Amino acid sequence: MSNTSHEVAQGPHHTSGAASTALSAHSIDKKFPGVLANDSVDFDVRAGEVHTLLGENGAGKSTLAAVLCGLYQPDAGYLMRNGKRINLSSPRAGLQHGIAMVHQHFRLVERFTVSENVILGSRDLPFKLNRREINEKVAAVAESYGLPIDPDATVGDLSVGQRQRVEIVKALYQGAEILLLDEPTAVLVPSEVEKLFENVHAMTAAGKSIVFISHKLGEVVEISDRVTVLRNGRVTGHVSGRGTTDTKELARLMVGRDIELNAQRATHATGHEVLQIRNLSLSIDDVAVLTEISFNVHAGEMVGIAGVAGNGQRELADTIAGLISPTSGSVSISGAMTTDCGPIQAREVGLAYVPEDRLGMGLVPSMSILDNLLLTRDRQIVVDRVSVRPEAARLIEQFEIKANGPDHLARKLSGGNAQKVLLARELSGGRSATKLLVVCSPTRGLDVGAIETVRRLINDARSAGQAILLISEDLDEVLSLSDRVLVLYRGAVVHETSGETAQLSQVGAAMAGLS
Amino acid sequence: MNENIWILMSADAIAIATTLILAALGALFTERSGVLNLGIEGILLTSAISSFLAADASGSVWLGLIVGSLIGALLASIHAVLSVVFRANQIVAGLALVIFGTGLANFLGKPAEGKTVTTVINPLSFGPLSDIPVIGPIVFGQDIITYFAIAVAIVASRYLFSTRPGLELRATGDDPATVDAQGLSVARIRIRYTMIGGALVGLGGSWLMLAQSAGWHQAATTNGLGWIALALVVFAGWRPMRIIFGAVLFGFTLQLPFTLQAEQITFIPSAFLEMLPYLATLIALIALSRPGNRNLLGAPRALGTPFVRDER
Repeated sequence: MSNTSHEVAQGPHHTSGAASTALSAHSIDKKFPGVLANDSVDFDVRAGEVHTLLGENGAGKSTLAAVLCGLYQPDAGYLMRNGKRINLSSPRAGLQHGIAMVHQHFRLVERFTVSENVILGSRDLPFKLNRREINEKVAAVAESYGLPIDPDATVGDLSVGQRQRVEIVKALYQGAEILLLDEPTAVLVPSEVEKLFENVHAMTAAGKSIVFISHKLGEVVEISDRVTVLRNGRVTGHVSGRGTTDTKELARLMVGRDIELNAQRATHATGHEVLQIRNLSLSIDDVAVLTEISFNVHAGEMVGIAGVAGNGQRELADTIAGLISPTSGSVSISGAMTTDCGPIQAREVGLAYVPEDRLGMGLVPSMSILDNLLLTRDRQIVVDRVSVRPEAARLIEQFEIKANGPDHLARKLSGGNAQKVLLARELSGGRSATKLLVVCSPTRGLDVGAIETVRRLINDARSAGQAILLISEDLDEVLSLSDRVLVLYRGAVVHETSGETAQLSQVGAAMAGLS
Repeated sequence: MNENIWILMSADAIAIATTLILAALGALFTERSGVLNLGIEGILLTSAISSFLAADASGSVWLGLIVGSLIGALLASIHAVLSVVFRANQIVAGLALVIFGTGLANFLGKPAEGKTVTTVINPLSFGPLSDIPVIGPIVFGQDIITYFAIAVAIVASRYLFSTRPGLELRATGDDPATVDAQGLSVARIRIRYTMIGGALVGLGGSWLMLAQSAGWHQAATTNGLGWIALALVVFAGWRPMRIIFGAVLFGFTLQLPFTLQAEQITFIPSAFLEMLPYLATLIALIALSRPGNRNLLGAPRALGTPFVRDER
């Protein structure tokens, strides 16, 4: 893609046709060991517009953003600011040219107040700080872009949306003209996203440029004046934004093939009961977390558990996995009673468990893919890596894991690839063939390509005759995949329906406790 | 009961607190930047003997104090290089510094063995104020370094909480990635405050030698004060002003056995009393190291963790 495609991007939505290019990147190359993260990438943003960088995780968006703000230095290529060539040796140099990054993982000191965070790193401050004066100035900057915030609040007490606002105020306070927002909506609830978009409009109206980094198609279409799509470190397309864009086309540019965003239920015959739960109750510190839960999952069947977070889903999964002993009731897997037997016993009879917390409970981040796979294999005193290595290599291929090989460290994997490693380990069987798979929020935080793969892998497991318990807060996911749907509300099953005939309104009402 | 003994004990408690205040402030500055330096005891000993040798050779206490402080900064710079530049395990590096410092001090101290301190630091004179009963000897009977140590604690408190560099120091100990994203050098800040901290510890060691000890007695010169200083930082919740109170409290427990002996109160074995400060240290650290307490106390979040900018 070359400059000619930029012309396409000037859609009718551009009211300020005369706006000049504020920042541009030319033929940027950036290499990391084993990966070419950016491969001669061209990009530019004008004053007063929102230009989105769209791509899957690992496509090179964040790398490009890091180059644009001075965090990384490109291996080849150069940047131009207002038509002049610039060289950014550090984020500080970027700031001096009015370029600031709002990181996905906020760079805020939790124990500091809002204004302390905002002024941290500003060089023009006097040695001795005048708090009142600083607070007034911080509040003034915030107000002028419709970002009300209490300068004296401690950041640790703020909601995620408010913290993001602090980050933006900090960038503006430091005189940013170009703001790079790295996956800003990933952590926000819908109402906060709406508020963020209002703020973005206030900033572009004031002539600021926004580089918006995202992999969510819907919001990209809503907010962007222009969209640049990256895949495997290369620009695969420039598209104009704001409604004129076809999300299917964007998805194709992003993933490189046509994808089906809504996975379909496979049709198949179900077999005998694999998981039997009878009158399961659990109290923690005298608080009832689960009450009188009974259901079965059959071989070749997927049962979905829907519910708002914190209604007992995690405890239910941990109880089935043998990590928690229930107060009363029983769990049996493949006819063997596993209540109070502990996780090893549950695994012996065919349990596979993909917990919600992938890198905490699921994988050991500091160990390689190979060693993580070994965790559930037969336990011998001497670890036998040699014989498992070929299998690891085969699984990496089979599960489409993007890694340098079996020795790739788990913590260096993207979210989607970490999830695939976890699924690979659980589904490939350890001590005995997998009969029951319990998965929690399998696609949370993943990009569309990875979501599609992960859902397909889970569907394949069901087609292979395994019983699946899918616990997810993503209602669409539960409804589109499950054969049966149970709704969990305050630790009890309050609604049960078949997946095919499930009514969104009914399930939604049950989740809110209205049924 | 002899009142004079108790007044004397109070005066001595405040005096012994001087070393604790200086050493604990040194540890506090270091830890506020995110570096854990367990080598305080080693620095105290080496700077004590260095100050003795310098003062003995030159006849000037002041030169002794300066040399002791510089040696403290120098030793701390070893720790800074190991833990910041080479990202070594800070606990191991700190313990190595204790062993190295103790050995070096004993080696340097060979010629000083048996010699007495001839150049001493004298208490300041406040004229009639020093003659006020009870308060006089306790408050106005100290030497300049004691007043200096208290002044440093007050200034440190202001510095940490209401100046720009103080803000940057606290941020570095809590969240180095944020400081790095602002273009400030985490390594430079950490090395700087580790060395400043070392200099304060060195001053504390030198003062202990020149104002408190009759002569060089190898490790008995400091007698574990460095470890107590480390506990004191935790006890004080990483706040300079609280260190003053904590140090005086520990000073009292250190002096108590001597006073009780002088009073001939012997129903508690003196060995038990001498153990008290160390027992108090242990209990303070155990009570305060519960995970829930750490945040309440204000322990720097990144304490002891080397900073690596995450490159992919």
